[in-house]
Amino acid sequence: MQQTQVPASTARRERHIPGEAGLWFLLFGDMTLFAVLFCVYLNQRGKQLEVFTHSQGTLNRDFGALNTLLLLSSSLLVVLATRAVRGAARRSAPRLLVGAIAFGLGFVAVKVVEYHDKIITGMTPDVNMFYMYYFVLTGLHLAHLVLGLVVLVVLFTLSRKAELSEGQFMFFEGGACFWHMVDLLWIVIFPLLYLVR
Amino acid sequence: MSSVVRTCATGVWLILVLATSLSWVLGTDHGLSNDGHRMASVAILVVALFKVRLVGLYFMDLRNAPAVLRALLEGYCVAVCTVMISLFLLA
Repeated sequence: MQQTQVPASTARRERHIPGEAGLWFLLFGDMTLFAVLFCVYLNQRGKQLEVFTHSQGTLNRDFGALNTLLLLSSSLLVVLATRAVRGAARRSAPRLLVGAIAFGLGFVAVKVVEYHDKIITGMTPDVNMFYMYYFVLTGLHLAHLVLGLVVLVVLFTLSRKAELSEGQFMFFEGGACFWHMVDLLWIVIFPLLYLVR
Repeated sequence: MSSVVRTCATGVWLILVLATSLSWVLGTDHGLSNDGHRMASVAILVVALFKVRLVGLYFMDLRNAPAVLRALLEGYCVAVCTVMISLFLLA
């Protein structure tokens, strides 16, 4: 495979699709699926307003906010790593990605504590519709996040290479966008489940 | 390393953190009436979709993408925000 150093001058390109064009079908498809779930949740909430409001009060908003900050910070580090790989500061990319992975693992740890707190106090998906949606939405998101962490590990491996081929760089950009989508979905899930009432 | 950190993405991250703090404050119990909570919740949803737009434009770099891709993001934000607020207010 032909190895090409991606020049720093490409940092300011003309119109450019980040990653493979086909990836955006997956990303927007996933985002649309979640948008439908958000609407189904709000519709169901309208039918059982008291149950949803009371059950929502049992969630720990601080955990939700902390996880938002962890994912925003992780996303920023992935942006910086992508720019580092593209430009002259390549050697900083692996460290930035380690930081991004650490923040992602922090999210998982907070989520495990939160799930544990809920389950030991009997707040399981079969209790009522709120908890069912809570576990479905956060569980689906967590599955995406774990997949995203695997992608970040692959990006870390790529970032340690001396040079990246065009295809590898495209994969890097696409993988970064997948991670940003994980962040983007949580940006809606957090207020929807924890704050809106 | 410092040159890597000094990008507009860092500024956007700061705005996103401040917006998260604003939503958190709005979503916390602070003695608002029922109508007050409803208006605060609408504001929280608007802030959330504003944050989604920032992540799309500046983290996913869709501000430099072809117009169709950028339009998909803008359309997604407007549509999701409108439908979610409508469903919330209809409850």
